Amino acid sequence: MKNGPLHGLRITEFTSAWAGPYATCLLGFLGAEVIKVESQRRIDHSRFIAFSMSKSFSTPNESPVFDSLNLNKKSVCLNLSKPGAVEIAKKLAAESDVVVENMRPGVMPRLGLGYDVLNEIKQDLIYLSSSSCGQIGPDREFIGYAPNFASIGGLSHDTGYPDWPPSNLMGFIDLKSATTAAYAILMALIHRQKSGEGQYIDLASQETVAILNSDMLLDYIMNDRVKERHGNRDEIMSPHNCYPCRGEDNWISIAVSSDQEWQALCGAMGKPELADDARFADMYNRWCNQEVLDEIIGTWTSQLEDYGVMEILQKVGVAAAPSLSSEQLYADPHLQEREVLRAVKHPVMGESWVVAPPWRLSETPAAIKRHSPLLGEHNEEVLNGLLGIPKEEIKKLEADEVVY
Amino acid sequence: MEQTALGGMKVVEFCSRIGGAYCTKLMADMGAEVIKVEPPARGDDARRRGPFQGDNPHPEKSGHFFFLNSNKLGITLNPSKPAGSDILKSLIKDADVLVEDTPPGMMEKLGLGYETLREINPGLIMTSITAFGRSGPYKDYKAAHLNISHVSGQGYMLPIPAPDINRPPVMPGGNKGGYDIGITALVAVLAAYYKKGVSGKGQLLEISRQEALMGMQRIEAAGFRNTNVSVDRSPKLHRRHIGGMIACKDGYVTLLTPQERQWESLLEMMGNPEWSKESYCVDKEQRSQRSEEINLKIADFIKGYTRREIVKLGQSYSIPFSPVNTAKDIVESEQFNAVGFFKTITHPVMGEVKCPTAPYRFSKTPWLSKRAAPLLGEHNEEIYCERLKYDKEDLIRLRQSDII
Repeated sequence: MKNGPLHGLRITEFTSAWAGPYATCLLGFLGAEVIKVESQRRIDHSRFIAFSMSKSFSTPNESPVFDSLNLNKKSVCLNLSKPGAVEIAKKLAAESDVVVENMRPGVMPRLGLGYDVLNEIKQDLIYLSSSSCGQIGPDREFIGYAPNFASIGGLSHDTGYPDWPPSNLMGFIDLKSATTAAYAILMALIHRQKSGEGQYIDLASQETVAILNSDMLLDYIMNDRVKERHGNRDEIMSPHNCYPCRGEDNWISIAVSSDQEWQALCGAMGKPELADDARFADMYNRWCNQEVLDEIIGTWTSQLEDYGVMEILQKVGVAAAPSLSSEQLYADPHLQEREVLRAVKHPVMGESWVVAPPWRLSETPAAIKRHSPLLGEHNEEVLNGLLGIPKEEIKKLEADEVVY
Repeated sequence: MEQTALGGMKVVEFCSRIGGAYCTKLMADMGAEVIKVEPPARGDDARRRGPFQGDNPHPEKSGHFFFLNSNKLGITLNPSKPAGSDILKSLIKDADVLVEDTPPGMMEKLGLGYETLREINPGLIMTSITAFGRSGPYKDYKAAHLNISHVSGQGYMLPIPAPDINRPPVMPGGNKGGYDIGITALVAVLAAYYKKGVSGKGQLLEISRQEALMGMQRIEAAGFRNTNVSVDRSPKLHRRHIGGMIACKDGYVTLLTPQERQWESLLEMMGNPEWSKESYCVDKEQRSQRSEEINLKIADFIKGYTRREIVKLGQSYSIPFSPVNTAKDIVESEQFNAVGFFKTITHPVMGEVKCPTAPYRFSKTPWLSKRAAPLLGEHNEEIYCERLKYDKEDLIRLRQSDII
């Protein structure tokens, strides 16, 4: 099998939860070797709890959440509260192209693993720190998780209905931060490829969310306007909403972007007279009368299956797609044909289901080569194989809870 | 001159949606040369999207376009005419990366399919962003961003929690998902470019917008297959956590307590109230079962504080509290301003505009503003005459023929 484009690069990570681990997981899909440093002393909570699944686990090797975010990686246990473990971590960094950490600002330097120290050991090292608020500024020590970043970054305020509270947002917020970290590391790698120079990157998760709200920020900057959340509505297009379909909690999303599409929609609904209705004659009128319009369309869709509406409307060139639950995603014929959801064999879980890498590369394919590592699964491979620490010494380090 | 991470990299953008435009903007901001190809006369759709400076819907005053196209060169070109297609081909001949977001088959129709382009430029990284990918039963389906948000599984879970499940699920606010597609694509583009630095070879990258957003939702998307539960937006699942979206004096705050010590700190912060000593609070499982009533008690404590006060207090106990920010809060935030998240950019029509920069700080190759977003056709002469050696009279003829 062909290797990914990052084959030959090594990343050592000191990360937990979602944002840090998925950043390196993405690079691992692309062929980089990722070594995860963890410890029994404080185990990554995603090995135990699954926020958005409302589930928890009693042992560290049975979480599909951890698995999905740590595919292809190796795990080595180092108890960084012991000086001996810190020395080993330094040796690992010396063998790495990239170090990634997402501890609270100040913790890595305190452990003796800050950028300055590691940079001296490895001159062209790329070192990325991912934190809630960044390494500087008055809030730098504030801690947070995905829902916190979403609320600080403006996404909560902006999502949902104006007459309901702002929306809480879960894990996918972390994955925005992770994806940002992944491309930032690649930018630094490209710079190093040309110049031979490494560097330090300070990434703030709350900013990775806020930057995606730039439209909203610029509206305030330019026009002093604070926009309210607006459900599924668009500023220009109408109809532009989710409509109920037959069954329970089934919905079809429909977006009409031109008069031609509107006429096609009227025809498909068997209501050609609507195309001549002055209230809906052009985009502006449709937008102004969208509540009436939503009722008319909803009445039509509620007698049909969600997939049925998609088929009818796509046939006439109108953008329509169901609002899919996790169960529907699994059953969807298009996603099945493209093998987007895949089973990964796992020694404890048997198998776990994950989403495939989100790109297809023709020459150097991204790949899921193996399940996430069991806690400390690669202690010997990394410590002995890579760093050359004799096996007897590893036993002693284990007994001393250095390798722990 | 300051060095840039992506200096020397040449990118051609032929896109009409946010994802592709944001992907190339991020490269332009780090020093890549990006030539944006817009349709003659009309220009990019983003020019007709708000927010507009002073609410003036002028094509050179869209804040949306301004943000998405900083540091790019802009030309107008109509590749559906043979001469236009030839010009685009000659631009691509010298490029490292092409990012395009036309529907499957369109590039082939324009005489610009990957097979053709690879022949004239074997080092080309052609990045093709489509709604549902280039294969599978939905490949030719139309999808607005609304549809992609829902068909990827993101919408079905929002807002969290939804007090009434009979109201339609919603897309994440604003244009966020479009940006997510851009950053997802960028990871593959940069990895392929890094590989090109080693091998000299290009390749074809395929990105499905649906899969990019599923990737951002990877835990929830695979949730049903792993746990037999399709997590939805109904309160019964989400209220089992201690915390959530809580109203206070001047808005909302987000609170999380995934770790036991955070729950304990929360009690300490509230002065260890009598109710918290009851067995149902001490026992983790019961606490989760009765989280709704416990959350009411917490809300009762919090309601007397402002967002700022309770966040400061909570964070001093290392509890992940955060404010639900509006655009105004972010623009005025001490933290965001301290890290330099905003910089002023001078635009020839809009004048000086404060603008979000990037969610990270690189120590050696910082974010730079070389130029504001291009005016429509601003670099036609530079590209066509200086680079492609057309003379000025050709330019007139090309304009008269609706090619540029």
